[in-house]
Amino acid sequence: MAENPEGWQPRILAIICNWCSYAGADLAGGARIQYPPDVRAIRVMCTGRVDPLFIMKAFTDGADSVLISGCHFGDCHYLEGNFKAAKRMFLVKSLLRNIGLDDRRLRMTFVSASEGAKWAKVIEDVVNVTQELGPSPFNREYGELKELV
Amino acid sequence: MAEAVSPSTSEKPKAPRIGVFVCHCGTNIAGSIDIEAVKEYAKTLPNVGYVNDYKYQCSMPGQVTIQDAVKENDLTGVVVAACSPRLHEPTFRAATKDAGLNPFRFEMANIREQNSWVHMHDQEGATQKAKDAIRIAVAKASLLEDLYPKSVPVEHAAMVVGAGVAGMQAALDLANAGIKTYLVEKSPTIGGRMSQLDKTFPTLDCSQCILTPKMVDVGRAENIVLMVNSEVEEVEGYIGNFDVTIRRKATGVLSPAEAEAKGIVGGGCTGCGDCAPVCPVTKPNEFEMGMAPRKAIYIYHPQVVPLLYTIDWDSCVKCGLCVEACGEKKAIDLEMQDELVKVKVGTVILATGFEVFPIETKEEWGYKRYDNVITSLEFERLICASGPTGGHLVRPSDGETPMRIGFVLCAGSRDSTGVGKPYCSRFCCMYSLKHAHQIIEKIPGAVPYIFYMDIRSFGKAYEEFYYRIQDEGAKFIRGRVSNIQEDPVTKNLKVYVEDTLLGRPMELELDMVVLAAAVQPTEMTNKTRKLFGVSCSTDGWLLEAHPKLNPCGTTTAGVFVAGVCQGPKDIPDTVAQAEGAASAASIPIHRGEVELEPYYAMCIEEKCAGCGMCVNLCPYQALSLVEKDGRTVMQVTEAKCKGCGTCGGFCPGGAIWMNHFATPQIVAQIDAFLLGGEQ
Repeated sequence: MAENPEGWQPRILAIICNWCSYAGADLAGGARIQYPPDVRAIRVMCTGRVDPLFIMKAFTDGADSVLISGCHFGDCHYLEGNFKAAKRMFLVKSLLRNIGLDDRRLRMTFVSASEGAKWAKVIEDVVNVTQELGPSPFNREYGELKELV
Repeated sequence: MAEAVSPSTSEKPKAPRIGVFVCHCGTNIAGSIDIEAVKEYAKTLPNVGYVNDYKYQCSMPGQVTIQDAVKENDLTGVVVAACSPRLHEPTFRAATKDAGLNPFRFEMANIREQNSWVHMHDQEGATQKAKDAIRIAVAKASLLEDLYPKSVPVEHAAMVVGAGVAGMQAALDLANAGIKTYLVEKSPTIGGRMSQLDKTFPTLDCSQCILTPKMVDVGRAENIVLMVNSEVEEVEGYIGNFDVTIRRKATGVLSPAEAEAKGIVGGGCTGCGDCAPVCPVTKPNEFEMGMAPRKAIYIYHPQVVPLLYTIDWDSCVKCGLCVEACGEKKAIDLEMQDELVKVKVGTVILATGFEVFPIETKEEWGYKRYDNVITSLEFERLICASGPTGGHLVRPSDGETPMRIGFVLCAGSRDSTGVGKPYCSRFCCMYSLKHAHQIIEKIPGAVPYIFYMDIRSFGKAYEEFYYRIQDEGAKFIRGRVSNIQEDPVTKNLKVYVEDTLLGRPMELELDMVVLAAAVQPTEMTNKTRKLFGVSCSTDGWLLEAHPKLNPCGTTTAGVFVAGVCQGPKDIPDTVAQAEGAASAASIPIHRGEVELEPYYAMCIEEKCAGCGMCVNLCPYQALSLVEKDGRTVMQVTEAKCKGCGTCGGFCPGGAIWMNHFATPQIVAQIDAFLLGGEQ
C-alpha cells in the first residue's frame, strides 16, 4: 500500500434506502456499535432512485468512494427497486473503469433493518478499501487529476 | 440538470432562509459532538437565516422555539439536527406546520443514531460529520417545495392472515368493532398451535376448554368471513385499499352453503363422519404429531371449526367410496378445483405463527433415531385426554409408563453453535415446568429431571409456579445435555450432562427424554411477508415498526403483526398483541380516510421524449404513455405511484420529478457534501 498524503481523510458518500439500510444504520446507533466517521449518508426512499448520474457527480465532485446500500433481494419495500439499482451498478462500474477509476471505489451492499452490526462492518470495509486505494484522482485537494475537475 | 424546475411550481419561489436547530438530546448528542462549534459553523452556511440549539428539541418548549423562530425570522424552511428522521420526522413536520410553513419544508440531519452514538470516542470526527450533515440538510431544505398529502378513502374491511389464537383474537376484536374481517387460514381448521396443547401454564387451565368457545365464536361471528384451506396469493394496492387475491384450495367437500348455491337442496357436509370409515387410505394425523391415524378424507379432531371434512389429494386414490357413503347430501366433489377469490381490505394483520425447529439436526440427542426421545409438542398430545393415548403417557418403544423422565430445556434455543437458534424461545421453561407437574400428578412415583441453563419464569405468577414445581419434587440439574445414548435392549436412555452447580459430570439412565425444541418462523411466514412488503429480522421473525413504541405496526403502512410470527411469546402476550394489532388496524378503518405521503413521481413534459423506458420499470403499473399536443409523453397515475423513484433513477432525459427526492435536491446534497457548500 502506497503512503497516503498527509492530512487526507477519505470522503465517502453513501446513498441508502429508507426502509432497510437507513434503518439498519439507525439500529447500529441504538446498539452503540462504533465505526469510523468517514461516511456521509443521503437518504432516498429506494436505491432504485439512484441515478447513475448521482454517482458520477459524486466522483467528479471529488468523492473518494461511493456506497449504495439497499434491502436484500426479495426484501425491497418496492418489490424490485434494489434489483434494478444493482443492475445499474455494472454500467456505472464500467464507466468508472473507462475514466481510469478503480471500480472498487463504488460498492453496493444489502443491509436489512435488523443488521446494525452488518452496517458497521460495511462501513469499516468501505473505509479500509478507500484507505488502501488512497485519494481519488479527482479528489479536489489530493488527487493527481484535480486540475481537470 | 440543476436548474430543472418542478412542474408544480409556476411562480418563482422567494429566496430561501433556513433555520437550523441543533438538539443536544441531553448528553446523547452533546456528549460526543461540540454543539457550539456546530452552531457557529451553521451560521456561515449559505441560505441559513437563523441558528439555535436546545437541550431537547422534540420537547414541547423545543418545538415552540422552532415556531417562534420561523415567525420572527421569516424562515422558508427548517432543519433540525437531532435523531433519526425515522423517529422524529413526523414530530418536526408537525412543528413546521404549526409554525405556518408547509410541513414538507422540513429536513432532518441525523446526528445521533448515525453520528454521536456510533462515534462516541471521536469528538473531532463526530463534530466534523455533524457539520457536513447540517450542510447537506440545508442544501436540500433550500430546494424543498410545498407538498400536499392526498387523502384516500379506506375500505371498511380488514384481513387477518393465520387463525391461531392471535389471528382469532384479532379477527374477533375487529368483527366486534363492526368491521368485516376476512380470516385466512392455510390448514383445514382454525385454532392453531394452542389447540394442540393439553394444559396452559401457570393456571393449568385446559387449553381446549378455553380455546374452543373462542373457535365457535369465530365460526359464527357475522362479520367474520372464514377462509380455511386458503393462502394469500397476490397483494396489490396500499393502506386503505389492498387488493388481495386468495387461493381457496379445493377441499373436495362442499359446505351446506356451497351445496345450496349449486342447487343441492339440504345437502353439503354436516360433519357426520360417514365418509372417513369407508376410506381405504390411512395416513398419519399431523394434528397428533403423526402419532394417530387419519384417512385421506378427514378432520383433525372433533372440535374443528368449520366442521367440514377435507380431502388430502396427495393420498386420495379417488375410489369414490366416500361419495357413496355421503349419499343424498352430495357433499363430496372429487373433481373440485382451486378457486381464486379477490377481496378488497383497508388494513391487514399478519398472525402466521411458528413451527418447531427440526431438532433432529442436533444429532447428539438422537431425536428420530431413539424411540423414547420426543419433542414437547408430542408430549402435549400424549398427556392430553383427547390425544392418541387418551392422556396416558407411554413410551413409544414399548407402551410402558415411563417413571424417570428427562426434560432438556433450550433444545436448539440459546445455541450459537450454528446448528440451533441464538434466541430464547421464551415459553419452553414454563411449559416444561408444567410438564413436570403433569407427570407428578398423573403418574405416582414418577420423577421429572429438568436439565436447564437458567429457568426464565418472568411472567405474572410464573416464578411462584416454578417454586411450586420445585416443592412437588422435580429434580433440577443445571447443565446442558451433551449426549444421549440408547440401550439397544431396554430402549432406556443414557443421558450425559455436566451439573455446573456441583461442577461434575453426571450420567443418568432415564425411561424417556422430552426435548423442549426451539421454535422458528414458518416458511409460509416468509412467503406472506414478502407479498405484503414486511421486513424480517435476521432470525426470520417479522419486524415491528418500532420495538418499543410501535410493536404491532410494520414498515408497510396498514399492515400489522400479532403473535409469535413477530417473535416467540406465550399465550397471554400473544393475545395482548393481537388485541393491540386489532385496535391499530381498526383506527384507519374507523377514521375512513388516510393520508398518503406525496412522494409520487411527476413528468416534466418539455423534457420527456416519450421513450417509455420508465413505463416498463415501474413495479406498480403507475406510468403510461399518452398523446398530448401531438407528442407522446409519460403520464403518472398518482394513486398507484408509491414513490420509490425507480423511474426517476433511470430516465435518460431527466424528465421525471420525484417529489421530495427530486434530482436537483439530491445533486445539491451531493455538491454540498463534496464541494463544501458551494452551490
